[in-house]
Parts: sequence; structure tokens; C-alpha cells
Amino acid sequence: MKVRAAVATGAATAVGALMLGGCGGSPENTASTVTIDVYAAASLSAVFTSLAERYEAANPDVDVRLTFAGSADLAAQINEGAPADVFASANEAQMDAVAEHLDGVPTLFASNTLTIAVPTGNPAGVTGFVSLAAPGLALVICAPEVPCGAATVTVEKTLGVTLSPVSELTSVTDVLGAVSSGEADAGLVYVTDIGRAQGVEGIPFVGADAAVSRYPIAALQTGSATDVAAAFVAFVLGPEGQAALKLAGFGPPDAVASE
Amino acid sequence: MTRLPRWLIAVAIVAAAFAVLPLVGLASRADWAELPSQLASPSARTALWLSLRTATASTVVCLVLGIPLGFAVASLRGAARAVLRAVLLAPLVLPPVVSGLGLLYAFGRRGLLGETLDAAGIPIAFTTTAVVLAQAFVAMPFMVVSVEAALAARDGRLEAIAATLGASRSRILAAVTLPGIGVAVAMGAVLAFARSLGEFGATLTFAGSLEGVTRTAPLEIYLARESDPQAAVALGLVLVVLAIGIVAIAARPGRKVVP
Repeated sequence: MKVRAAVATGAATAVGALMLGGCGGSPENTASTVTIDVYAAASLSAVFTSLAERYEAANPDVDVRLTFAGSADLAAQINEGAPADVFASANEAQMDAVAEHLDGVPTLFASNTLTIAVPTGNPAGVTGFVSLAAPGLALVICAPEVPCGAATVTVEKTLGVTLSPVSELTSVTDVLGAVSSGEADAGLVYVTDIGRAQGVEGIPFVGADAAVSRYPIAALQTGSATDVAAAFVAFVLGPEGQAALKLAGFGPPDAVASE
Repeated sequence: MTRLPRWLIAVAIVAAAFAVLPLVGLASRADWAELPSQLASPSARTALWLSLRTATASTVVCLVLGIPLGFAVASLRGAARAVLRAVLLAPLVLPPVVSGLGLLYAFGRRGLLGETLDAAGIPIAFTTTAVVLAQAFVAMPFMVVSVEAALAARDGRLEAIAATLGASRSRILAAVTLPGIGVAVAMGAVLAFARSLGEFGATLTFAGSLEGVTRTAPLEIYLARESDPQAAVALGLVLVVLAIGIVAIAARPGRKVVP
């Protein structure tokens, strides 16, 4: 049993190391540098990259290594033994999934709502959520199994509109790709995704606040630098972190869905 | 066979374990009691049925187009043959996502032929046709290489005799050459079918993912992994069994898989 566990941990570490290889510099460049591994949801990639740079500038002895992926993938990696110090999830369910590895209680730090993404110029003339159900419109959404798809289902039910997508994808990034390439006439993504995609424009719709995705963050026991991890979490929750998130289009952490 | 050195056997055992361990890992996570009900779920059955249908259609495309292409390549000599061969076989080693992007920019709505096809009333984007195209693109090299190699191994004597007896070119092809390379064609078809069944990246990039239309078994596995890893494992095991079965047919001892 012991050998098997060691093999599994070794493999997971190797996978983690491979994935992180491209992100940070050598962890041993100075003996006094502490490296923390921050696992964050893909939708946070732009804002967390800039936050990590600012944190490193203020704390020269800390090296923040970032790993971005879908929250479910990150949670699975943490549960398989990845050496993460901080986990920032795009939904509460995936934070619950790693509950046994948490160091402290997760705190909500941002929220996000859905918006309509169309190719630049809006060739199909999309006007609002109801127009997404028009026959012949190539609509791409997230599958109900993933967080953005679950939010889509909630909005559909609240507004009483049944969508017939041509494709249900596993991530917001895939939906954005289908829209920006012009393959799809419209897609449903998060408000904050519009700014990070090229060839795409956002069309806000009434009723988007029926589904609010809330983002929790927590330090983890799986990491090696829990003090620094807690300090980074505090930085994200503090005024500088909150201002950057607001600027990137994220909603307040305590946002609640309207009925 | 001469006796092998002991160190070689030791390395071979490690290599075999490397090949087998992931399959054992997959099987170890399966919930065997629940397996039948997981495979009987509508989404799993729909995905498997779609996979079998599209892989069959793709194999037919590979037979109809790949055999003439194999003949054409085999008839060339020198640098032209080497260059054409390298280009035509590239999909074997291309990252599937690159194949998918290429197909998108060729047959997608904004692709080179997309508008023409749309105007002709042949929509490709987000249809089952797109799945078959993606599979045929990545599987065709197996047919071409099988036919070409089989033809290269023939000395042309029987064809010459048939010609002296007054047979037309098409008659020689149908009555002499094709029966002569029948085994190679069958092998190419089996491998093309297997490759089509396993296609994932190009399909996701090019065709999208919608139950019953474009969501083949590998795409269903990718989606189920988010919400129901057990179901993903169950469907994965079916593909493992199919893959091993197909390769067992194609690569019986004493027979070259790719001649």
C-alpha cells in the first residue's frame, strides 16, 4: 500500500512540475526565496497574473507560481496530491470537493455573471436572451455539467426560454473560441471573459443576475508555505486585490442571485 | 530465438508495466457493480452509437478516397513521392487540435470552402458530417500507407501478363492488383476505423459537442469526467476493450501492422 501511494504522489508531482514548468523561474534562484503555487480558475488568468506580479514586487522574497485550468480539473489535481498552496475556484462546489485539504475556511472574493458573446459586428443581429432561441441561430453554450453551463440552465429556467444550442462545450474558453472564429453566431460566457477575448463583443441581457457564480479562495494544507499562502489570500481579499478584480469586471463577493 | 540478456528482460518488464499500468489504473477506479447501469445510460449509449456510426462512415470515406490516393503515391518516383508522402501522412503525427483548426479554416463557416458549401446548402459546421470529416482526415494516412506499401512490394509481373492478354487498365486493377493487396486494404480499414473511434481533439475543435449529433464517446468521456468520473471510466473501459480487440485483429502474430 505504502509503495503504491508513493508512486501515485510521485506521478502527480511530476505532472504538476510539467504543468508549472512554463510559468515560473527556477525556484532555487535565491536561497531565501519562498515559492507558493497558486491554482486558480481559468477565468481568473488575466487578473491573477497581474496580482501575482504586484505581490512579488511588494514581497521580493516570494515567488508566486500560477496554474490556470477549469476549477474541476484543479480540484481533481489537488485531490490527487498536487502541491498547491492556494486554490481560487470559480464555484463553491469545487472548493467543497477539496474540503479535506483546506487550511482554514474558504472566503468568497469575487462573483461573476453571464453575458452574451457575439463575433465582432454581431452578424446575426442578436439583441437579448430571447433572440438566442431564434431558429437557425448557431448558439454555443457550456454543457450543464460544468459551472458556466449550470448557470446557463438557471437563467433559462428563470427567464422561461428554452435554448437549442448547436454545441455544448466543457469550458468558457471553448465557447469563446467558437464565437471568435465566427463558427458560432453567439455564445454564453462570463462577463469577465469578453475583455480577454479578441474578435468578440459582449451583449448584456436582462435577467443575467438570476445566476451568480461566486468565487471562493483558501490556503491549502497540501502546500509547503502555509504562512505565505495565507498572506497571498489576504492580499486578494484586501483593497488592492478587490480593486483589481472590480476593474476586470468581477462582481462583489457577496452578490446573490435575484429571483 | 537466442536467449536474451537478463538486463534486457528487466527493462522490458518495466516497459510493459509502463504500458499496462494506466489500463490497470483505469480498471481500478471502475465501479464494477454500477458498470452495466452506467453504460446503459442514454447519454453513454447515444455517444457509443454515434461513435460506431461515424467511425464506419469515416472508414468508407478512407476506402473510397484512400485507395486511389495510395495508388497515385505509389506510382510516383523520387523527390515528388517523398514530399507528397510526407505531407499526406502528416495528420498521423499532427496534434489533433491543429488538425481541427485546419479543418475549421477549410470547411468552417468562415473557412476557404465554408461559404461555398453553405451557399450550396451543405452546412458542415456543428453537424455529424463534420465529425466524419475530422475522423477521415486523421485516419486516411493509415489507408494510404497500407496501400502504398503493399503496391511497392509487388513486382508488376501479373499485371504485365494481364496486359499482354489484352486486359484494360481498369480490368487489370479490379481483377489482378486489388485482390493482390486485399489484406493490406483490410488492415488499413481496420486501423482507420480504430483511429476514427478514438478521435477527440480534431472533433472537439472542428465539430463541437452536442448529444446525438457530434458528441462521440471520447467527447462524452471528457464531459462526464467533470461531473461523473465513474461514468467516464465505464465508457473509457469500453473503448479500451474495443481498441485492444481491433488491434488484436489487425496485428496477429507474423503479420505486419504497417507493412
